[in-house]
Amino acid sequence: MASAGFSAADAEHCIPRLRRYALALTGTREAADDLTQDTLERAWRKRTLWQPGTDLRAWLFTVMHNVYVNRVRSMHITESLDDAGPAADAVDAMPGGSAADSGIVLGELKVALGQLAPEQREVVLLVGLEQLSYAEAATALDIPIGTVMSRLSRGRERLRQLLDAGARTPVASGLRRVK
Amino acid sequence: MKDELLHAYVDGHATPEDRSAVEAALACDPELAARVRAYAQQNRALHEAFDAVLDEPHGLRISPHGASHWRRWGGLAATLVLGVACGYLARGWISAPARAPVIAREAVLAYAAYVPEVRHPVEVAAAEEQHLVAWLSKRLATPIRAPSLAAAGYQLLGGRLLPPTQRSDPAPMALLMYENAQGRRLSLLVKRDSSNIETAFRFSEDGATRVFYWIDGPLGYALAGDLPKEELQTVARLVYKQLNP
Repeated sequence: MASAGFSAADAEHCIPRLRRYALALTGTREAADDLTQDTLERAWRKRTLWQPGTDLRAWLFTVMHNVYVNRVRSMHITESLDDAGPAADAVDAMPGGSAADSGIVLGELKVALGQLAPEQREVVLLVGLEQLSYAEAATALDIPIGTVMSRLSRGRERLRQLLDAGARTPVASGLRRVK
Repeated sequence: MKDELLHAYVDGHATPEDRSAVEAALACDPELAARVRAYAQQNRALHEAFDAVLDEPHGLRISPHGASHWRRWGGLAATLVLGVACGYLARGWISAPARAPVIAREAVLAYAAYVPEVRHPVEVAAAEEQHLVAWLSKRLATPIRAPSLAAAGYQLLGGRLLPPTQRSDPAPMALLMYENAQGRRLSLLVKRDSSNIETAFRFSEDGATRVFYWIDGPLGYALAGDLPKEELQTVARLVYKQLNP
């Protein structure tokens, strides 16, 4: 453990942000907690691979990416994203919302995220939600920065089209449009 | 206009020159402006949709002997038990004869917990100040501001949300952290105060931690630091002045 470079507590400190990213990525709390738990365990097993002095959180995103990609490959995780259930659940879980001003229905956002290609979704979330720099996102996903930019461009444009389409077609009742 | 520039603009990574160039282009291209506005809305909506998760209790932890569900649920149960126990203890502690008002003690505790943190002193760094202030304002349901303490040599490090300590006052609190060039830190606790009165500065100390606290309209403030009383008071005055220009 002494050679690990980071302690279990260091990694556990990152859990809220890992969970946030995992929830946005998978769409349900259950899948998000499974993904986060598997990420923590894999990170702990591979902890000697972490370079001391580098950002632990960014490295944990790398580990989460690897776990996620393996799961997407085995097609266990993404199907539930098209389901309105998790979206409605997430909208309910929003505290207040009165101060929000994005003009986007949060349930529609969840559904639209689920329709992005997984590799676009990852970039859109790491940059837009987790606020990684483009270089950090490139490192986390192990892709060139040019690929980050092109996935970001395509992902955001696709998201815009999906949300525009959603805004023109009134969606299911129960989804609140945030002012 | 290259896409890279637009995204860098949206994400706050553009240089001042690039920012001006993008803004000039947006001014004369409504279609481009609509796209950029949509991308910025996406970022805001992502935070609105998912930030609540940051404050949720969870039972996840590293279990060195591999995954097991009872561990996870055991951990969650332990967290809940601990939370209930803390609540119970806090209740007893707070109803005990008070040495200082609640806000001053909360400020001392928060200072002790977070100021020594080397790697994670804040939850949201000052680089994202706008987001930080918007987020904390939303969670406190009252607009708050991060005063500039540059005149006293302190820069904003960032901030975090703190859970309430009292059942009777269940609103979360905000903690802003500042640091000077010598690495000395100050914390400013901000919480809603329903009494809606104004008070003068009051002073309290607990060991080496000194606190100035006051109420200003809907918010109570407590500035905590490990500095001589006079110096801390100077900074407290600066905070007040910044917030009441």
